[in-house]
Amino acid sequence: MTRIHDLAVVGAGPAGVAGALTAALAGLDVVLVDGAGRPGGQYFRRPAEGFHAARPGALHHGLDRFTRQWEALRERAEVLLSTRVWAVERADGAITVRCLEGDREERPRTVTARGLLVATGAHDRPLPFPGWDLPGVLTAGGAQALLKGDLVVAGRRVVVAGTGPFLLPVAAGLADAGAQVLGVHEANRRFGLARHPLLAAGRAAEALGYAARLARHRVPYSGREAVIAAHGETALTHVTVASLDAAWRPLSTRTVECDTLACGYGFVPQLDLPLQLDCATRRDPDGGPVVAVDAGMRTSVPGVYAAGEATGVGGAALAEVEGRIAGRAAAADLGRPTPPDPALSRRRDRLAAFARALQGAYPLRPGWQDWLRDDTLVCRCEEVPLSAVREAQAMGAVDARSVKLLARPGMGWCQGRMCGYAVACLVGEDPAPPRRPIAQPVRLGDLAARARPAPDGRKTSSEG
Amino acid sequence: MPDVVVVGAGVVGAACAYYAARAGLDVLVVDRGAVAGGTTGAGEGNVLVSDKGPGPELDLALLSNRLWRDLAADGPDGGPDGGFEFEAKGGLVVAETDEVLEALTGLAGEQGVECVAVAAGELGDYEPHLAKGLAGGVFYPHDAQVQPMLAAARLIRRGAERFGHGALMLRTGVTVTGFLRDGDRVTGVTTSCGDILAGAVVNAAGTWGGEIAALAGVRVPILPRRGFILVTEPLAGPLIRHKVYTAGYVTAVASDSEGLETSAVVESTPSGPVLIGASRERVGFDRTISVPVLERLARQAVELFPALAAYRVIRAYCGFRPYCPDHLPVIGEDPRVPGLYHACGHEGAGIGLAPATGHLIARLLAGLDPDLDLAPFSPDRFPQEAS
Amino acid sequence: MSGPYRLVRARPEPEFEISVDGAPVAVVPGQSVGAAMHGAGIRSWRTTRFGGRPRGLYCGIGVCFDCLVTVNGVPSLRACLTEARPGDLVTTGEAPAPSGAGGER
Repeated sequence: MTRIHDLAVVGAGPAGVAGALTAALAGLDVVLVDGAGRPGGQYFRRPAEGFHAARPGALHHGLDRFTRQWEALRERAEVLLSTRVWAVERADGAITVRCLEGDREERPRTVTARGLLVATGAHDRPLPFPGWDLPGVLTAGGAQALLKGDLVVAGRRVVVAGTGPFLLPVAAGLADAGAQVLGVHEANRRFGLARHPLLAAGRAAEALGYAARLARHRVPYSGREAVIAAHGETALTHVTVASLDAAWRPLSTRTVECDTLACGYGFVPQLDLPLQLDCATRRDPDGGPVVAVDAGMRTSVPGVYAAGEATGVGGAALAEVEGRIAGRAAAADLGRPTPPDPALSRRRDRLAAFARALQGAYPLRPGWQDWLRDDTLVCRCEEVPLSAVREAQAMGAVDARSVKLLARPGMGWCQGRMCGYAVACLVGEDPAPPRRPIAQPVRLGDLAARARPAPDGRKTSSEG
Repeated sequence: MPDVVVVGAGVVGAACAYYAARAGLDVLVVDRGAVAGGTTGAGEGNVLVSDKGPGPELDLALLSNRLWRDLAADGPDGGPDGGFEFEAKGGLVVAETDEVLEALTGLAGEQGVECVAVAAGELGDYEPHLAKGLAGGVFYPHDAQVQPMLAAARLIRRGAERFGHGALMLRTGVTVTGFLRDGDRVTGVTTSCGDILAGAVVNAAGTWGGEIAALAGVRVPILPRRGFILVTEPLAGPLIRHKVYTAGYVTAVASDSEGLETSAVVESTPSGPVLIGASRERVGFDRTISVPVLERLARQAVELFPALAAYRVIRAYCGFRPYCPDHLPVIGEDPRVPGLYHACGHEGAGIGLAPATGHLIARLLAGLDPDLDLAPFSPDRFPQEAS
Repeated sequence: MSGPYRLVRARPEPEFEISVDGAPVAVVPGQSVGAAMHGAGIRSWRTTRFGGRPRGLYCGIGVCFDCLVTVNGVPSLRACLTEARPGDLVTTGEAPAPSGAGGER
């Protein structure tokens, strides 16, 4: 008989760990699952043990606090790392979490719980431009992950581009680690938030701190600029930097020699699992779908909670608070006494308002579509150029889904995680909630192993 | 005012429009969504003659098979795939046991379709990766495959480009809400974007064809039969050469069971992934993915091709086959509603049967005799119930 | 000591080697195959199946699947998610076809 936990938590970032710990402290039997080999998610990604880093927090704000929560959680809950979730199902009031354990052997494993907390975070939101698939072009988060997790500096001569305050810690980290950061090109205005009344003093200081570090390394930080093309034969050799008008249309360009570009235009929440369970979604201010939750981080599906970026991109501090609220709600819903904590809710409201303001200060403008040429790949996996998307539209593919059916953007390995936002913009719609019944690739052999024999009981040997 | 309004821009609607335009008619195709957005967009692209017993559907399939070949050869760039990945790859039906093989070869004898009996020892010549231990099979050289979404879109495009300026037009995002009538006779449709007058209306709404018929006050019993497909990672080369399926597929297609039936249907695609079907269930329009069904499909595929075990599934999706109680499509003018033609209810064979359906509808619309007896496909063959 | 090591005051364990198409690449225990290769200056290890375009790390967190690589004969592993082990044999280029694959096209 499989053990049925009270709560399964997917994601060992700030939301998942805080949620799992809160629920465990309230008396729930908690299991936490994460695909990575180390806890932290993207934000608190830490160097591999083999580095024996004495000051891993040099690359993060608040790592010590997270680490204390993690250590506390490990004593109170079952923790499954290197365990990727490919599907969740709900039947008879229980949630079945289907996992693959191990980073290459991939043993199937199933976790069952009465409740589920989805804390799956987000990934970079790229925009396509000519040459964006050249080796040496990384997402901003990718460059950051290399540094935080593997202590590898992404390149020697690095350009950072995109939009949002996340570009600053990426550039500062690279510069501190010894890269020559040639420039940070913010497509919106610099310090877009500084004029907002909701600006929280702490976050302003944080942003100014990064700016000071960049200044110390003599890294120019420019607004209304973007990398609109990357060049090179087999790897990146230079980029075209453009100054932009308010709609992000290029005004003038210059060339910058570099070996690495770290580029990101915000984040896409990972919604595969809640959407497998048909959790209701709502639109974030930027038009993207996020999981709709109530004040207790309950989704529309009973027993399923969400916290962190899945409910709206808002950063680590908000994620932790949401995780704690979700953990409390899960405990309360399973009958554990949990006195109300209005201060926690107020803190969430404040941080969520700040997150909305941030999204408003760093919007994506449609002029990026002018950066594309007919032969620019929109979909990296299936190598679909812009011209193929336009041809599909001309044949009657009037929405992103039918463009995908005709021209194949989003049909490949990444299943539209990289190109989905851009394709939606190109056809003039808000990105649809992603429908991915298989959230991680699963070997057919592993999928087959659990199936009952076919009813006709046929036998064939396997030496073919 | 168009001569014909075709309701539905799936592959059947596209074929009706193409052949009607070719017959000299002005055609307007309307769809509430995009081109190929319904069951066509969930299909594997089967163009099969092998899975049908002798009878009217096989006759339709044979005609359609010939027409698919003509359409592919008649492509814009003269390429062999017609612009929609047509592959005359042939189908290999395999039997697990001697009894099944006997039934299979018996069926092949009755069909009168060109085929080759394949002994157990020869299966590997057709499919090197096929599991050992199978009893044998039958190879059908006429079985073929198309990319159904491209086929629908390209047929509409081709018809629009070839048959006179403005003879064939597509309007997407137009929902049909009712019919315009002159007495009994249909004279057009009312839509979310205004009324459209037309000499005739073709109901090519696939799984939703019964709802369109109901708007005209007639019963055409078409219901959804859900199917899942697994899609693997793209393979560097084709692991599987033909369309390969187990003999159990034939009985599952014809089955009247409400419950879940699965049988292995496996094939490579020009884009790289392997497609794995097929499941059949009657559960309405429920899109909830069922992991146990996916697991069964995987198991059956791996039993057939053990080498598949190492490859990953990256995607799964479901679609809704439009089925009628007698498993035959509805093709022809509705005697109860003059001016309304039905071309729907093809169950899982809509891709394969589309050109013949379009060809026959176009002949009717042009006032010509159909070159196939349409009586078995008659729209009023079902008992009329109050609905 | 390189920049990032100094930054976090790392005292790394002795490196081990993996082989990338026969060439040795040094790895600090715990590093991913992809990070080790990128750090060694190897920027691409795969070509796309239609255009033959070179690809390496892009998203770095297992989402984009650009960094697929074959390790010890196991194809299509995400290099950014696969922790390197001593003696790993990494082969770049197309994933190996199953033995005896048909080659009609």
